[in-house]
Amino acid sequence: MALLDILNRIFAKETVNSKDVAKERLRLVLVHDRASVSSDFINALKEDLIKVIREYLEIDEEQLSVNLENEDNSVALIANIPVRGFKKVVNE
Amino acid sequence: MESKVIVITSGKGGVGKTTTTANIGTALAMMGKKVVLLDTDIGLRNLDVVMGLENRIVFDIVDVVNNNCKLQQALTKDKRYEGLYLLPAAQTKEKTAVSPHQMKNLINELKKEFEFILVDCPAGIEQGFRNAIAGADEAVVVATPEISSVRDADRIIGLLEASGFREPKLIINRLRSKMAKRGDMMDIDDILDILSIELLGVVPEDEYIVVSTNRGEPAVTDTVSKAGAAYRRVARRITGQDVEIYTGEETSSLVNRFMKMVKLAR
Repeated sequence: MALLDILNRIFAKETVNSKDVAKERLRLVLVHDRASVSSDFINALKEDLIKVIREYLEIDEEQLSVNLENEDNSVALIANIPVRGFKKVVNE
Repeated sequence: MESKVIVITSGKGGVGKTTTTANIGTALAMMGKKVVLLDTDIGLRNLDVVMGLENRIVFDIVDVVNNNCKLQQALTKDKRYEGLYLLPAAQTKEKTAVSPHQMKNLINELKKEFEFILVDCPAGIEQGFRNAIAGADEAVVVATPEISSVRDADRIIGLLEASGFREPKLIINRLRSKMAKRGDMMDIDDILDILSIELLGVVPEDEYIVVSTNRGEPAVTDTVSKAGAAYRRVARRITGQDVEIYTGEETSSLVNRFMKMVKLAR
């Protein structure tokens, strides 16, 4: 260990507790683990999304993609849904 | 007789499943219960050495399933406690030597004789795991306060729930309360926060576990081992007694310091 490292360890005041780092990393990795416990999960979500969106838009169901992705410090649901046209929604 | 069949599992290897099985089983037998320990880690059996019974084994679980011997012949009697038996795993076979269906039948046979059937599950989520949970009614998940262990525990809990186990319970093993206190190890609450399941017990890190394994004498038989005391509490909770969970706090430091001075405590 370099001298600087040792000094940093002795004088470091506001370093984050390593257990908090562990907890945060776990939380993120588990979002993904839990979602991918079954590939059925994404498919079920996909089908339900299509059902709802179809009420409002004409979409290309073949090209539609839904995925959970890790981004920096969070997990995001990324959906790419090509729209072919709008449905005539009745104005109330 | 109502029997309880409990599988002890973890996903990750090396977190203390076998040690936990041996200690809870021995503690239950110390309370006068009739107990059988079932080692399902075929090919990598170890419960026999942890229990110190390796020289007494003649037949194993695969022999029973294949009708090479009677169930009674494969039940190895413990050398310390009346009513405590081990059904060892086979060492030279593979996990596929037993099917979940055969395991279920075997456990139904054991239920006729024993109050507690503890199933020591192998690491992993493949057939060994499927076998181990096949005949169990309850599941205990062992995890250490490490990121990899907690992650695997989460996965196992998911699989257990998908297999119909309603409330798997958690044992946190090898907790170092000093490290947890200074924020360098996840604490009980951190782990419960993430796994959100019921806590069955907390076992502190204890060097004596190594000694007890060396000797083949489960730590619960030692009167001063901290881990042994924690396992005895777990056993009492399993029998339905209302026992407080060990939280890592020293009960009375003054008495403890004195005990240490006179070499009564570790």
